[in-house]
Amino acid sequence: MARKTGGNIKDLLFERATGAFAFVVLALSVLLFAVLLRESLPALRKFGASFLVTGTWDPVLEKFGALPFIYGTLVSSFLAILIAVPLSVGAAIFIDEYAPPWMKRPVSFLAELLAAIPSVIYGLWGIFVLVPVLRDGFMKPVARYLGWIPLFQGPVYGPSMLAAGVLLSIMIVPFILSVSREVLATIPQRQKEAVLSLGGTRWEMLRIVIGQHCIPGIFGATILGLGRALGETMAVTMVIGNRPEALLSLFQPGYSMAAVIANEFTEAVGDVYLSSLVLIGLILFAMTLAVNLAAKWILAKLVARASRGMESP
Amino acid sequence: MKKLCGVPAGVVAMLAVVSVASVVSVASAAGPLTINGAGATFPYPLYSKWFYEYSNANPGLRFNYQSIGSGGGIKQITAGTVDFGATDAPMTEEGMKKLPGAILHIPTALGAVVPVYNLASVASGLKLTPDVLAGIYLGKITRWNDPKIAEWNKTVTLPNADIVVVHRSDGSGTTDIFTNYLTTVNAEWRAKVGRAPSVKWPVGIGGKGNEGVAGVVKQTPGAIGYVELAYAKQNRMKAAALRNKEGHFVIPTIEATSAAAAGVAKSMPADFRVSLVDAPGKESWPISGLTWILVYEDQKDEAKGKAIVRFLKWAIRDGQKMEAALDYAPLPKPVVEKIDKALKRISFKGKSLY
Repeated sequence: MARKTGGNIKDLLFERATGAFAFVVLALSVLLFAVLLRESLPALRKFGASFLVTGTWDPVLEKFGALPFIYGTLVSSFLAILIAVPLSVGAAIFIDEYAPPWMKRPVSFLAELLAAIPSVIYGLWGIFVLVPVLRDGFMKPVARYLGWIPLFQGPVYGPSMLAAGVLLSIMIVPFILSVSREVLATIPQRQKEAVLSLGGTRWEMLRIVIGQHCIPGIFGATILGLGRALGETMAVTMVIGNRPEALLSLFQPGYSMAAVIANEFTEAVGDVYLSSLVLIGLILFAMTLAVNLAAKWILAKLVARASRGMESP
Repeated sequence: MKKLCGVPAGVVAMLAVVSVASVVSVASAAGPLTINGAGATFPYPLYSKWFYEYSNANPGLRFNYQSIGSGGGIKQITAGTVDFGATDAPMTEEGMKKLPGAILHIPTALGAVVPVYNLASVASGLKLTPDVLAGIYLGKITRWNDPKIAEWNKTVTLPNADIVVVHRSDGSGTTDIFTNYLTTVNAEWRAKVGRAPSVKWPVGIGGKGNEGVAGVVKQTPGAIGYVELAYAKQNRMKAAALRNKEGHFVIPTIEATSAAAAGVAKSMPADFRVSLVDAPGKESWPISGLTWILVYEDQKDEAKGKAIVRFLKWAIRDGQKMEAALDYAPLPKPVVEKIDKALKRISFKGKSLY
């Protein structure tokens, strides 16, 4: 883009000002990283890389390892994605393709309203409604008959990795749903009509058109949901059981990185203790960054493939 | 360019931002004098009431108290960013070495921690001994009908069900008092777990805050947890009776908590850094603790120092009358007299501000 020579002063001022804002955003994230790194140095020096793979969390003896928290964050978030993506994409397709016109607005409005509920309300609802229902209606019978599968081993308490995953999935549905709807809205009407006019059924039309077009968009929506699930704190800590152990069974309590920081930060007095919590923050920071970079890379591949698919008939 | 499905423009990462709240004391030349404090959440309702009443009686004075937790209170008073700190756990020797000057622990109120449970068949007053409670929290007693529990509860039917152990997930003074008690009464707990605002729990699930623990206990048949006395009372939770040092089963009440302080009044050390758990006395509730206000002996600002001393004198006298209504246990008389003497040590340039 060529810049106009002798542009007016307002243009120049505007450019400089927006440039400064952009710089502030950049500087903030660099500063955030630097402070996290500096504050986590005592823990890094004491534990080194073993911090990532150690499962002990003992504030009395000042022995810390982040493994159960990393595990809990990853498992609960992926569980949430596993539930939320089919649900939201399915709902988006229904709203856009099948729902009678009078239903579209209220349904999508209500679904998007879910995004406006504060997470502490989700947490309370989780404790008082979701956890008892899951425990008595799902976990107890499943543990009884399928308890031999390690994933479903008892005893069943209620607060658990599963409860956290389900609650998170409900929380991220509105995000994935609304982005998926926007993605579906970008399908050119002509393409849909073309498939239908060739004698395709609605199912075939959706399969072909969505398969061709929308995978990158839906993937992006998923990453958006994942980002939110990874960082969610309040609602997770209220239902996950807060037990720093990496257990295979989804019915057992676990812990997440954001939750342990929120729980223990205020009363962490020892230097190593405090520093270990900051180090968990740093790992969470790095993890979200890695997820986003990987997502960008995969997205680029998907977009490239989708364009190729469109060029070659 | 062929049109592709929209890719969300901003795939946004969510970052956990660890924010450190810092309280900056504002020096105001004119206008009301503001005393800044920070620390424990447990006495916050009481302190709010005190500050409100005391400021009404003394219009020139304002209080600004941040209930950020005991650990935070100790950090702030150590850094000198507040005029007083507040804590539920006394400072450690190590922590006191980092201080710029001598500090006073002024007890202001008593709190109690209460085991609460959810058993349909036992209406109230399930009897527990120190070893049974420790056994449950160590994961050695796992069923409600275990003979070790049944032995003390012959009049009720205990269900053949798993015990769901619940503890606090957040670091808290409540956990500190509770684990201090288990450490005092049980050798195995002392060796395996120890005492701190948050510990490595051998079993159980964590609830965030009193409300988190209460929520899980209420929602889970067969659960046992621990909460502050005030919280258990206000939410009408089933509290267990605990066998105290002298072998009596005591129901947790405000009176039983004050009795614990009276039990140790004679042996109260000059710096008040004392634990009230497993206190002597027939009526004493064994899981009791003090909460303290931390002030430097040597005050840097004469006007502020004077105001703090006057306030503390009021708090340990008139202030005590407001405690029971808010479910705190008042300090027993002999303890108040001792504190009164200690307040004389707060000084400005060597001159007592009392």
